[in-house]
Amino acid sequence: MKLLIVDDSSVVRRAIQRHIDDGRVSEIIEARNGVEAVTMFTVHRPDLVTMDITMPEMDGIRAVEELVKLRPDVRILIVSAMADKHTAIQAVRKGAKGFLLKPFNSVELNEALEEILTDGI
Amino acid sequence: MNEGEIQAFVDITVNYFNQIGGEPARVEPPYMRKEGDSPIHDFTGVIGISGSRKGAIYFTATSNLLTNVLEAHGETQISQPMLADMVGEIANTISGNARFYFGHEFMISVPVVLLGRPSDIRLPENIRSFVIPISWHGSKAHLLVCLEN
Repeated sequence: MKLLIVDDSSVVRRAIQRHIDDGRVSEIIEARNGVEAVTMFTVHRPDLVTMDITMPEMDGIRAVEELVKLRPDVRILIVSAMADKHTAIQAVRKGAKGFLLKPFNSVELNEALEEILTDGI
Repeated sequence: MNEGEIQAFVDITVNYFNQIGGEPARVEPPYMRKEGDSPIHDFTGVIGISGSRKGAIYFTATSNLLTNVLEAHGETQISQPMLADMVGEIANTISGNARFYFGHEFMISVPVVLLGRPSDIRLPENIRSFVIPISWHGSKAHLLVCLEN
């Protein structure tokens, strides 16, 4: 499975890589904002995307919209600090399949990813 | 800002460090910043606030504290850019979590990271600002909440 991690923080991108269960992901691609995410998505065709919201250039909500246009059944997990319901609902309406609040631990991340993968099968 | 709003930022900060693990963060009683008082450390992440409230949130920390946080995240080779990245991410996380209390119209900017000491950083003098002192694993940080009513 190919995973695209989108976050403007390199520390968070590496933390997600470290937390993910070994063996589940064969290739990891990174993007620092929504614009890069759209490019990387087009080039690498990942199976799963983790997406931050507050990013420069293009935010995560806009990026979700763009990725859904490219592939309507894309599996996107929002990983964001935005703790209000409105943002979570907006992200899901735009096409995200799940929402994980920062700060998170490895158990919470893997459970959230598992849920998205299971729901899609 | 009222007492409940200040308490919300205290709770969010405590929760942030609890989630990282290790010993719990110690938060000393918040106080109102006096003119000229600049509790600024080596690295400062600044989040601009707009929408329902206006102002800024500063998370400022020593290199030691940020190094401890990065090590708790599993980092082994720590560089200055990583410390800067970390302070911005903490400022972003605390500010984003505050939307639970303030709602979605509490708009937050992407973080701006400043390096340096009080003489290099000018804090807003026209807004009543509250300072929340934090210590974690023996290292210091401060959260400065500068919001118009």
